[in-house]
Amino acid sequence: MPIQYYIYLCLALFSIGIVGVLTRRNAIIVFMCIELMLNAVNLLLVAFSKVHNTAALAGDKTSMIGIEAQLFVFFIMVVAAAEVSVGLAIIVMMYRNVHSVDINFLNRLKN
Amino acid sequence: MSITQFLFYFLTVLALFSAVMVVVSKNPVHSVLWLIAVFFAISGHYILLNAQFLAIVNLIVYAGAIMVLFLFVIMLMNLNASAEPQKNNWLKLAGVIAGGCFLMVLVSLVKQANELNNIAVTMGTGEIGLIKNLGKALFNDFVVPFEISSVLFLSAMVGAVVIGKKA
Repeated sequence: MPIQYYIYLCLALFSIGIVGVLTRRNAIIVFMCIELMLNAVNLLLVAFSKVHNTAALAGDKTSMIGIEAQLFVFFIMVVAAAEVSVGLAIIVMMYRNVHSVDINFLNRLKN
Repeated sequence: MSITQFLFYFLTVLALFSAVMVVVSKNPVHSVLWLIAVFFAISGHYILLNAQFLAIVNLIVYAGAIMVLFLFVIMLMNLNASAEPQKNNWLKLAGVIAGGCFLMVLVSLVKQANELNNIAVTMGTGEIGLIKNLGKALFNDFVVPFEISSVLFLSAMVGAVVIGKKA
């Protein structure tokens, strides 16, 4: 598989996430689209880690080059889990205050 | 066409279709279920790339924990499709055009990058995705970030409880 195919896949997933953030007004869907973008980036990191590992394996059979990217993905997942818990708490609090999850209600900070 | 190529195309189509369905579904519960399908497809890609540990973690953490959290919140709020306010069609069109322009610019950028031409992802080799090797690296070179992430989790938990508490 050429690396370009993975790049195109991740770009498409990321763009779908962007379109979702721009077109939906439900705060939960917007949040889910952000998760989608995070996953697209994770997939690209793993693909490039695989490329570098394959290149290193040609010289050294037990090479561990590329393992940092996978741990990076692991830490991104950790941070995403923490982010989701706080973000959903914020959405629940917003729903309790204005009885809606419409993000257009949040523009009252403007004035 | 070899079996890995077939799996690659199958998982790609599944991921893209499910991602589109996440955005266009009217019912938030359906969006969550389609997003779980996206995560399964991405986990399949991880397995094809020999990142077995990440595939399992992706399933457990994302498809298991985070999506159940989303589902709980949606059911708690009792949202249904008719209650959701819609943006007007011009704004939607503008959003789609903006995202499409982003995609077009980056795809043309990748197309012109000759450095990427001879790089291929070979599947089915390498052992860096195994839990043994990842664990060694995690607890030797990355101990400090690992411990800091536990503090991050604690603070996120406290923050979620404080925010979610009835004021």
